Parts: sequence; structure tokens; C-alpha cells
Amino acid sequence: MTALLEAQGLVKRFGGLVATNNLSLDVQAGECHALIGPNGAGKSTLIAQLAGELPSDAGSIRFDGQDVSRLGMAARARRGLVRSFQITAVLPEFTVLENVALAVQARLGRHYGFWRRAAGQPALRDPARQVIEDIGLTARAGAKARELAHGEQRQLELAMALATEPKLLLLDEPMAGMGSEESRRMVALLQRLKGRVSMLLVEHDMDAVFALADRVTVLVYGGAVATGTPAAIRADPVVMEAYLGTDDGGWEGAA
Amino acid sequence: MGKLTRERGLILAGFVLILAYPWGVSAVGQPFLIGLGTRILVMGLAAASLDLIVGFGGMVSFGHAAFFGIGGYAVGILAFHAHEDTAFLGLIPGTNQALVAWPAAFVLGGLAALAIGALSLRTAGVHFIMITLAFAQMLFFLFVSLKTYGGDDGLSFRPRNLLPGLDTRDETSFYYVVAALLIGFLVLARRLLDARFGMVLRGVRENERRLAALGIPPYGIKLAAFALSGAVAGLAGALMANQVRFVSPELLHWTKSGDLLIMVILGGLGTLYGSVLGAAVLILLETVLAAWTEHWMIVLGPILVALILFARGGLWGVLAGTRRS
Amino acid sequence: MLLAEQILNGAQFGIMLFLLAAGLTLVFGIMGLINLAHGSLYMIGAFAAAWAGDRTGSFLAALVAGTMAAAIIGMIVEAAVLRRLYARDHLDQVVATFGLILFFNEAATMLFGRQPLFARMPPWLAGSVELLPGVPYPAYRLAIIAVGLLVALGLYLLVARTRLGMLIRAGNSDREMVRALGVDIGLVYTLVFGLGALLAGLAGVMAGPVFSVQVGMGEQVLILTFVVIIIGGIGSVRGAFIGALLVGMVDTLTRAFLPGLLKTLLSTSDADAVGGGVSSMAVYLLMAAILLWRPRGLFPAHG
Repeated sequence: MTALLEAQGLVKRFGGLVATNNLSLDVQAGECHALIGPNGAGKSTLIAQLAGELPSDAGSIRFDGQDVSRLGMAARARRGLVRSFQITAVLPEFTVLENVALAVQARLGRHYGFWRRAAGQPALRDPARQVIEDIGLTARAGAKARELAHGEQRQLELAMALATEPKLLLLDEPMAGMGSEESRRMVALLQRLKGRVSMLLVEHDMDAVFALADRVTVLVYGGAVATGTPAAIRADPVVMEAYLGTDDGGWEGAA
Repeated sequence: MGKLTRERGLILAGFVLILAYPWGVSAVGQPFLIGLGTRILVMGLAAASLDLIVGFGGMVSFGHAAFFGIGGYAVGILAFHAHEDTAFLGLIPGTNQALVAWPAAFVLGGLAALAIGALSLRTAGVHFIMITLAFAQMLFFLFVSLKTYGGDDGLSFRPRNLLPGLDTRDETSFYYVVAALLIGFLVLARRLLDARFGMVLRGVRENERRLAALGIPPYGIKLAAFALSGAVAGLAGALMANQVRFVSPELLHWTKSGDLLIMVILGGLGTLYGSVLGAAVLILLETVLAAWTEHWMIVLGPILVALILFARGGLWGVLAGTRRS
Repeated sequence: MLLAEQILNGAQFGIMLFLLAAGLTLVFGIMGLINLAHGSLYMIGAFAAAWAGDRTGSFLAALVAGTMAAAIIGMIVEAAVLRRLYARDHLDQVVATFGLILFFNEAATMLFGRQPLFARMPPWLAGSVELLPGVPYPAYRLAIIAVGLLVALGLYLLVARTRLGMLIRAGNSDREMVRALGVDIGLVYTLVFGLGALLAGLAGVMAGPVFSVQVGMGEQVLILTFVVIIIGGIGSVRGAFIGALLVGMVDTLTRAFLPGLLKTLLSTSDADAVGGGVSSMAVYLLMAAILLWRPRGLFPAHG
């Protein structure tokens, strides 16, 4: 079975620094594939390369059967390869509804409407309301994004990505900066998405990783050192060595 | 809904003020001030078109006067050829008809903006500022070199463009024509900004990277907005040319582009109506200060610097009670 | 022979643009500040030099007065106004420095009136030098070229070989890191700005005898300076040098020869009009062409 996403031999250099070192990775359709590794391992760089924001120095990326290596971020997003940001990138002056409606508009692709109010169009408003309800932000739909609490903004971040009805979500630390209660809710949300949306999940929170991931890849210095089921990874001595001495909290205690 | 009512009240007040102004100044025995009012409305239109791309689209253009000037020259050149009974480039006959000249100014302004935008929008930030400035300067030199149309000295013409059913030579009638066009633009622009196109444009200012991540390529929208704003500036230029019956390369001078930016900022970036307010304040300030001292710019300069450094949000935000953080 | 002379004129104009562009591109590259008032510093240098030269009859006094006035006023403005703009967005910077231009222009008018000032050429440079047999060239213009090349060399050594230069290069790429190293970044900024102002003033001093010293001289040359930086790449002194020579050459040579070339095709008056028009636009057309090929200029400093 061909994978939904296939990255082969990706390389990215910044001057003398090799951030991504001949990395190969695949994500199967319907899978939740977690990407973990110590700080500085190159996870965000890899996400940027897969999303199309950062051009790779070498290697190829195939998505849904097509070579997308030369495509930019917007083109890949339209094909269903959508990312979310580690540092929240919602539109601050837009309301929650307007933010998500814009994502729906992005999916529908017709932007040259000049007269009718976008927020009033059922084609935009109804799917947006649905996504907002799924995420649990209905109460805040009319609030401007900058008025939201941090955790709510992370939810909105995810909602916008979901509203584009992606085939594969590149989730860059969706729970960054969240408290434990909020994280729990986010994990529950992501669990509901499992199977419907394929995911490549970058996370530090090991509880989340074990609750969600079908497979885990461990990234160290830009290279993949191990790939396997969460149980196998936990027992792998190579992986444990990579984590010794770092304070990526909770590794030993993850059950 | 408190602040919305205040803003709506302000818009209504502005609308009433614009409509009542000619009557008001005639009543106090200063009818020659109607011309001043017309100039304010014209610059307000030009500034509002700039706010569309700067305040809402985040594209800081320092060459907006170029489109303003092209519109003015469209009127001037057509009037010249009508008077001389010759044809522009031997092909296009002159005309005094507003219904021909003004759409021509609109289209030409838009085409120039399309060309300049196509090249400039491949850059961003300070590159974009300098490139738009440079292209406007290039067009300034172009018009200086057109000796047939007056070159450096400019071109005066009479009469004003003719409109069926109205006497454009009458200051009051012309004032209301300009007012109608300004109000029409503000209404259409407001709708545009809430429509799909406007949401993407505003999204560009908020976070262009996010838009790309959603799958929206911003370049096309930015270019369309840039071209539209240039077209409206061209129309404003045509109206100014009519008001003063004179065009010169000064219309395209980079200081004019600077003035337009100042009007937008003074009124408040991204408020649309604020640009008209900013135009009024700047022009009135210039008029009043100039009467007081020949060297008024030495006062205006520091005032501007102080405004930028210390006052945020613009006048419209202060008056309407809506302040953007 | 005429060609050789015009090439040298182009080089001389280019060198003067380089003096302005170097300062502007450094300030932009390091502090992220777009400074429209840079042309005003040029004007201040020219006015101070003309005034001092008139009072004392000494070119040396004029030189010192011009460069020092520009440098000192520049640093005062940096401390009082520009410092607050570094963190602001470019639009604010543009409008605020635009306000400064209005202020300086009006101040100059109040002090010196609207008529151009006369700046005397030093008598020991008033003659011509025979570069090749039968090719005399004004000594003063040669001196400008020489000074400019010395400055270029000096800047290269400064940026590549000194501690300040290292900080400049580091500041160009990573402001936070330099700050974290405990370096007083504010002082570095003020020095860099002062250097840029000094160079602008020097350009103004040298321009005085050749171009006219009047209010508004700064703005005309400022926009050309922007074109130089766009072509050369923001933040790159090397780009400023190449860009300035390109702009100087293209502008001078088209103005000198285009009308003549067009006379073979058009009538004399048409050739003059079209030639004049196209040559004043030539530099901008060059910029457009380069942008099509390299949107960030020839030598963009990374970051």
C-alpha cells in the first residue's frame, strides 16, 4: 500500500549546520504518526519542509501519489497537506467565526466575491459553525481571536486547519503552552479525529503521544534514529540513549 | 454595542457635514470656501483608496501619487486635444466629456497600478516601499519630459469636463458631484472589505503566512487590490484636475505620495472613513498655518513626527471610541 | 574622447551616490530603519560647507564644517528621534522621517533663503589634469573619485577587519545575539548612524562646487540612492558600490548620448525631448529590469 505521505532523503542546511540529515519518513492513510525528539532535533524544520514553506536542499516528497517537492505551501495545502503552527498564527482582528470561515473559503477556492458579505454566506458560515462546534469553541464564536485565552487560540489554530478538510495534518506541537486540563481536552479532540484525518504529530507531551500515535519516529540531529509502535520505541535502547541527560520530562514516567 | 453606535453616529455626522457644507459656508458669507471643500473631498477619495491597500492590505505604497497624477493628466491631455482639435498620438481624439474622460482616468490609473504592482508585489516590506517610490518618480520624470503637455510648467485647460444635466462650472454643483463619488466609493469599499475578496485582503495584513498555509495564494488578491486602488486614485486625480483646471508633474511628486500616507495615518490606518478625516485635517492645517507664517512647514514637520511617535490609532479611532491595540 | 570624459563623469556621480548609499544601506541593514531624512544630512553638509567656505575662504574649513555638521546633527537626531523608531514598523518610520525632511528643508530656507548658495571650489583643484594626451579632465572631479575610492577601501577594511566591523556584520544578521554578548548595541547604532551621516555630509561638501546648493537637493538624490540600494541589495556595502557605479554610469551616459543617437531617427527637437525623457527614466528602467531577474537586488545580505 502506498503511503499517503512519503519523504525520501530530505536534507536541509543552514550555512554549515545540517538541520535535516537525509531523512526518510512515511505516513500511512488514516494513521497518527508522532514525531518526537530532543530540542533542536530539527522537528520544526522538517515540518516546514513537508509543508512547503522551506525548500529542501535534497530529497523528494510525495503526497497522495504525486510529487509535491516543487510546490509551495499554498499549493500543497490545496491538495490536502495542511499544517498548523507551533506559535499560534490566527488572524487577531478577525472573530473566531471569521477565522474559520476564511479557512472554509480557502477550501472552496473562490475569492473574487466583491459584494456579498462573506460572514453571511451559508456556504461559508455553516461549515465554519460545524467545525467550531466540533472543537468546542461555539461559546466564543463572536469573539476576536486576540481576545481568546491561549488554550482557546490553540483550539482555533486547529479549527482553521480542520476547516480546510485536509487529508493529512502536520501538527506542530498543538498543545504548546497549554495547561494539563486543556491538553487533556485537546488529546480527546485529536482522538476523535483519528481515522478521519491522517496526522503527523510533533509533540513533547509523552502522554499525548502514547494516547494518540499508531507509530512513532524519533528524530535526533535531523535524522530518524528509530521508527515503530509506541511500545517498541519505549523499549528501544537507542532511543533511551538519545534522551538521557535531556529534560524532555516524563519519558521514564510515561505509562 | 456601545462603540458601534458611536462610530455609526460619527459616520452619520460626517455624512451630514459633507452634504451641508456648501450651504453652511454660503450662509456665513464665505462661498469661495466651497472649492476648498471640494479639494478636501478629492484628496479624501485618494487617501481612502490608499487606505484600502495600506490599512487593510498591509502594503505600504509610497508611489500612490503616480496614479493620482496619471488620472489628472488623462483629463488634461484629452482637454488639450479637444481644444486643439488634434488627436492624441494621432489616434485618440480629445474630449471634454466627463463620461469619457473620467472612466479613462480610472482605467489608466488601474492599468498603471497593475503594471507597477505586478513587479513590485514580488517584494515586500521596505523593498516594496522603495520600489513604489522609485516607479512613481520615474513617471514624474516622464511627465516632466512631455513638453507638448507643458512639461515642468504644467497644463491648464478650460472648461471643466461636461456632465449631462449639470453645470460643472458651478462650484456647488461640482462639489456635490465629487461628494457623490466619494460617498459611493466609501459604500462600495465597505462592502468589498466584508466580502470574500476583502476578507482575504485583510487576512494578508493580519498574517500572510497563515493564508498561504490555508492554501490561499496572496499575490493575485494583492495585485487586484493594488490595481483597484490605483484606478480610484486615477479618478480622484481626474476630479482634482477638474477642480483646479490645471495639471502638472507636481501631482506625481513623491511628496504628494507622502501627503497621502500622512492623511491615512492621521485619520487612522484601516478605518477607511478616517482617511477623509485625515485629508481634511491636513489640508486645513496647511491652510491655517500658511496664513500664519510663511515657514509653516517647520511647524508641521515636528507635529508629524510627534504624532507618529506618541499618538497611536489615528483621529478616527479617538473620535469613534474604537482603538486598535 | 567625449566618451572617456562622460565615463569619468558617470564614475564621479556614481561615487557620490555610493557615499550616500553606503550609509543608508548600513543603517537599514543593521538597525532596520528606513531613513528618508538621509538626504537632509547631505544637504546640511553642503550648506554648512558653503557657509563656512564663504566666511573663511578656506576649503579645508568648509570640509570640516560640512562633515562635522552632518555627523553631529545626525547623531543628535538619532538619539532624539530615530532611536524610538527602530522598533516601529516601516510605515511609521517613513512618515516620521518625512516629517524630519519638512523640518530641515524649512529650517534651511529660514537660515539661508530660497536662492542657491555659492560653494567655492578650492583653487588648488580648479584646473584640469591630462589623463591621456589630449584628454583633460577637471581635477576636482578626479579628486571626488579618488576620495570615494578611498572611502570604499576604508569601509571595506572597517567592516572586514575591525571589531566594530565584526559587530556591524553580526548586528546585520542577529541583533539579539549581539545584545546577549553584552555589547552596548545602542552605542553601535549611534556610531553606525554617525558614520553614515558623516559620509552623507562629505558627499554634500564635495557636491557643492559641482551641483547647486539649494533646499531640496537632498530629496532628488535620495530617491536615486534608494534605487542604488534596491539594485545593490539592502544591507550590502559591496552592493551599494556596484549599484552606485551602475546608476551613475547609466544616468550620465544616457543623458550625454541618447539624444544624439536618436537624432539619426527623429527630428532634432523630438530627439531632444524623447532622449531627455528616456534618459531621466533610464535608471528606473534599469532597476525594473534587475528586479525582474533578482527581486532582492544583486548582493542581498542574508536575513
